[in-house]
Amino acid sequence: MVHAQRKPRKRPRRKPADVLVRIRGLEFAHQGREVEQGPIFRGVDLDFYRGKVVAILGPSGTGKTTLLKLIGGQLSPQAGTIEVDGEVVDELDRKGLYRLRKRMGMLFQSGALLTDMTVFDNVAFPIREHSDLPESMVRDLVLMKLEAVGLRGAQELMPAELSGGMARRVALARAIALDPMMILYDEPFTGQDPISMGVLIKLIRELNQTLRLTSVVVSHDVEETLSIADYVYLLSEGQVVGQGTPQQIRKSSSAWVQQFLRGEPDGPVPFHIPTISLQQELLEEGA
Amino acid sequence: MNRVFNSVQRLGRGTLFLFHLLGGIGSLIPRFSLVIQQLYSVGVHSLLIVVVAGLFVGMVLGLQGYNTLVDFGAEESLGVLVALSLVRELGPVVAALLFAGRAGSALTAEIGLMKATEQLSGMEMMAVDPVHRIVSPRFLAGFLSLPLLTGIFTVLGVYGGYFVAVPLLGVDDGAFWSQMQARVDFYDDLMSGVIKSVVFGFVVSWIALFEGYDATPTSEGVSRATTRTVVHASLAVLGLDFVLTALMFGA
Repeated sequence: MVHAQRKPRKRPRRKPADVLVRIRGLEFAHQGREVEQGPIFRGVDLDFYRGKVVAILGPSGTGKTTLLKLIGGQLSPQAGTIEVDGEVVDELDRKGLYRLRKRMGMLFQSGALLTDMTVFDNVAFPIREHSDLPESMVRDLVLMKLEAVGLRGAQELMPAELSGGMARRVALARAIALDPMMILYDEPFTGQDPISMGVLIKLIRELNQTLRLTSVVVSHDVEETLSIADYVYLLSEGQVVGQGTPQQIRKSSSAWVQQFLRGEPDGPVPFHIPTISLQQELLEEGA
Repeated sequence: MNRVFNSVQRLGRGTLFLFHLLGGIGSLIPRFSLVIQQLYSVGVHSLLIVVVAGLFVGMVLGLQGYNTLVDFGAEESLGVLVALSLVRELGPVVAALLFAGRAGSALTAEIGLMKATEQLSGMEMMAVDPVHRIVSPRFLAGFLSLPLLTGIFTVLGVYGGYFVAVPLLGVDDGAFWSQMQARVDFYDDLMSGVIKSVVFGFVVSWIALFEGYDATPTSEGVSRATTRTVVHASLAVLGLDFVLTALMFGA
């Protein structure tokens, strides 16, 4: 893997061809959030290389989903730039943003299938919205996408009749319906049984290769994610705390990284939320 | 102070939302089937409650009106009383209140749940504008169905009044209809009712859809938004009814 030299540049217009998503100095805080919770991102730099599976790992609440929304242009950063395929996302107008989004697929945690349509119509939805293809061709395309995720037999079911894993596979078929250049996966493994998990791991890896995609997987399932990722970023408290290939991450000397990878209850992230001592609090109550 | 600020902010968001959804109406003309679907779920599903309520309101009007008019020997004017109250006031107002409770709350809950289950964000990420694709057809359907439902409500109310007056209380059949025909004016009475129902259809649909779209995407948020729809839409209907009546009959 060739890594571009990181030079501190302001707003690079041209970028090396192999970086699809380039994030520099990203700062973001939710509006109206309590001040004590602080910002979600404090100067984050990320590079997602074309054709790779990039994983973002981090504890719950580190803003992993927010990061995907920022890449998709649903939120705007307070500072810093997000470039996708050479375009600065938050500088695009609505039209430009929609043009860019047609080339991105996103897999939501819940699947986000339209509940009033069958599986077939859900997968056909983006194709019908964005093209005037005859119905016979739409059908062929949809059947191919459903075949890719192994759910051609479920085409007449309603989303409510699907299991969680199946719903995510349908959503995946929908995400690849327009043949995107990149897919964003929001917590794809959360709440899946071992078989569904295995299916999703296989699909993410295979689709990335066969469709020449770039995949961004946001997750806190360490083992599954490390098994498919080419490059991993570890995020915590608004900053990148570790990055590298899965092997490099596993060998990291950082105590925080080791605690996160092994799921130890106590360590740099303390078991107890910092507060006054128990003794002091009990005495206060008595007084 | 914060509350005032929030209310003003919501008002602004609501107005921008209205412009956004109106911008999507044009693109519905080649895809009118989207509106037809919504006309069915918004309009046809509200039909039963409107039919039943219309009949009962007309029957009560007939009974109450008869009791007063008979003291003056004017029970033959019962048809006029029933028709005018329904056409000018009760038809548009009661139909709009029922519509807010039946269709408005359903619209809010539907949009709110679509937001809570990320269906709207999902659409946005597929480069489909959820306001144009989901909200605009529902708005047009609500805007078109309320005047039609009001018409049905009013007609059934008149028949309800007739049923009480003529067969039950023995008012003269010919007098009931002929006085009604002579005293109900097309422009002054009928059109003022139509204008009211059009305005109510616009406002109730707007409030219901905005509340759903602006709901906090949790089960608690959606339930609060649904309640707000019914409360705000009902108050808006009653308030606007006064304003419109003052404008059309006050001078």
